[in-house]
Amino acid sequence: MKNYLKLSILMLAFTGILVSCGGDNKKEEKKEKITLNQAEPVKKEKKTNKVPASKRVDLDNKGVGPITSLDLPADIDQAMAAKGKEVYEKMCTACHKVDKRFIGPAPKGILERRSPEWVMNMILAPERMVREDPLAKDLLIEFNGSPMANQGLTEEEARQVLEYFRTL
Amino acid sequence: MKILNLGIGLLAAAAMMSCGDNANKKSSAGGALNSSAAEKVYVAPGEQDEYYAFISGGYSGNLTVYGLPSGRLFKEIPVFSQFPTSGYGYSEETKPMLNTSHGFIPWGDSHHPDISQTEGVTDGRWIFINENNTPRIARIDLETFETVEIIEVPNSAGNHSSSFVTENTEYVVAGTRFSVPVPQEDISIKEYKGKFKGALSFIEVEKETGHMDIKFQLLMPGFNYDLSHPGRGDSHGWFFFTTYNTEEASTLLEVNASQNDKDFIAAVNWKKIEEYINNGGGKMMPSNYAHNVYDHNSHTATSTMKKEVRVIDPTEVPGAVYLLPTPKSPHGCDVSPDGKYIVGNGKLSANLTVHSFEKMQEAIKNEKFEGEAYGIPILSFEDVLAGQVEQAGLGPLHTEFDDKGNAYTTFFISSEVVKWKLGTWEVIDRKPTYYSVGHLTIAGGNSREPDGKYMFAMNKITKDRYLPTGPELEHSAQLYDISGEKMELILDFPTHGEPHYAAAIKADKVAPNSKKFYKLSENTHPFAAKSEAETKVVREGNVVHVYMTTIRSHFSPDNIEGIKVGDKVYFHITNLEQDFDVPHGFAIIGQNNSELLIMPGQTKTSVWEPKQVGVWPFYCTDFCSALHQEMQGYIRVSPKDSDIELEWSLGEDVE
Repeated sequence: MKNYLKLSILMLAFTGILVSCGGDNKKEEKKEKITLNQAEPVKKEKKTNKVPASKRVDLDNKGVGPITSLDLPADIDQAMAAKGKEVYEKMCTACHKVDKRFIGPAPKGILERRSPEWVMNMILAPERMVREDPLAKDLLIEFNGSPMANQGLTEEEARQVLEYFRTL
Repeated sequence: MKILNLGIGLLAAAAMMSCGDNANKKSSAGGALNSSAAEKVYVAPGEQDEYYAFISGGYSGNLTVYGLPSGRLFKEIPVFSQFPTSGYGYSEETKPMLNTSHGFIPWGDSHHPDISQTEGVTDGRWIFINENNTPRIARIDLETFETVEIIEVPNSAGNHSSSFVTENTEYVVAGTRFSVPVPQEDISIKEYKGKFKGALSFIEVEKETGHMDIKFQLLMPGFNYDLSHPGRGDSHGWFFFTTYNTEEASTLLEVNASQNDKDFIAAVNWKKIEEYINNGGGKMMPSNYAHNVYDHNSHTATSTMKKEVRVIDPTEVPGAVYLLPTPKSPHGCDVSPDGKYIVGNGKLSANLTVHSFEKMQEAIKNEKFEGEAYGIPILSFEDVLAGQVEQAGLGPLHTEFDDKGNAYTTFFISSEVVKWKLGTWEVIDRKPTYYSVGHLTIAGGNSREPDGKYMFAMNKITKDRYLPTGPELEHSAQLYDISGEKMELILDFPTHGEPHYAAAIKADKVAPNSKKFYKLSENTHPFAAKSEAETKVVREGNVVHVYMTTIRSHFSPDNIEGIKVGDKVYFHITNLEQDFDVPHGFAIIGQNNSELLIMPGQTKTSVWEPKQVGVWPFYCTDFCSALHQEMQGYIRVSPKDSDIELEWSLGEDVE
């Protein structure tokens, strides 16, 4: 679908160039940016109807995968978090920046929106999650179909990464 | 090649035979038989095959991997030839694999794959294959299905009677087809007789690592050494080689090498020679040959030139070598699973000759010799003969065995496989092949424990078997069910290049060990970037190193400026994925070598020397995700004297 959209933008651009061949002043403006008449206001109205998956709060959903229940102690285990930071930097930063959206969402504040089990399942079994968990599926669409890569973390490593997320 | 050895008249006979085969084919088509054949080879969607077949690519220089009984092609493993599909032989890491004493050789002629054995049974650890043209032996790791080692064989030329392993993979053996001056020297070709030698090389295989090292070369008389096989069971410790051109002709061999009524099978007692060497025997000869080793942690090959090789004169070691007269230019040299019989497939002989190991031992004990060749004792034909399969067909080439005491021999000229019984030498069945069969393969057919379920014949001529594809055709193979008394043709499938020989093995000996991806944490490549934080671009004079990473679906960095015309840019690409089957590719406009296909956790390097000023794109060649078409980047190339600073980035304007 995205490719179709692109194609039509491309076609519009070409038409724009063709049309502008005759004039001189308009040509300058159009070079800067592609503008689609009326397109934006319509889009915006539609989007506001729904909270994007990344902003939704669902603390009861444990997701699907190897982790079915996990009780987080009140205190953060700093040593475990330090290990988690190391793993995160090695295996996750190609797509996730700590505090801003990149290829995927930022992990900062994730535990205010998701259960610890859901986070670990997303790390350990991303293929299953995007197939079977409706929220994960919506996230995949929100992030342009960019798949969450399974980086082969062990359960222990995923738990360490989770602990690190608690410190963010 | 073999066609040339046979007369034109024989070829005409082959053509006539083929016409007959065509008629047979038609008469057996259709009906209930056909549908049961379909069931036998049908591997339902999502199901997997029962056997791996590793089929030599011949002049493709590679090795192909098929499934049986489906005949589906799974992979082409690059071995002796450059392979742009993955970048093998083009990437900086793999170029050393193709180094030889003649320099970089981009091509090879691979022939006879053989799977490593433990106690006479295939163990599925490695597969060896020989290069015929510029003599080399390669070892392929069956965990990664990649070529991990290549050793050049000095003093050899036309490395054909290779690469067969002994019972415990103590040695992989490589014999020369062409005899040459040893060491090489500038002499007249007319001095062939007496001056030219045939080197039989015994390459030791290290038990744990598989590393190869030439233990010794036996410098035999100047015959052609065609094929070979190890003894097993009682005959373990011996190796058998067929010879032809015992006339020692150096011209018009088509006629001149077919004069003698009998040539020889050379029987080599390698255990005796090994003992001789361990007691200080043999002499080191100055030499120059390449030994290339690929390391799976650094993902890099190194090439070392070796400067000497141990040579043995067969007359130095009494009792080490005997010659067994064998009728008419024997080609295949095959040993029965129990090690008792040595089959010599005299390709110009009407009968198949089978020698007895026991009778050979007896004759040696009684010192009953018929003569000698260059000091090597010749045994008498009658003394060592176990039996003959009479008038079995025309042009016998190769024999394999099943687990029920039967042998299967291919006949090139009469285009058929003949099943016969060991011991009684009677013919049990014959089935046509389409057309002009060379080798045949039974899983474990050259081990103590053959698996008598399937046999496939690899043919030299295809003609009308498939839809025509112009003058050049892939060769055809036929799969037969051999579980019953009569062989049953159940499948035709095309093979790539020229499949001289193949080795087959039960899938469960190999599949469970197959690696899924390389661990990033074990990557020791000196130019690896193991996370995006480690990516960078470094200039050293006009050499630029780009430490780049890939993950679905972007390169990091993906914008680079400050490259100049005349620079030599090394793209070191590390694939950060850690999952099964997520390779990324790397291609850049004007790449004078090939793309790179990088497996998860791997680092590969492509050199790019930009010649034109401009902004040039690069992209991922392997469809990696829904955003694969977005996986691209730009590199700005400025004039040689430009002072644009080196800069690199990724996604700076992402909000």
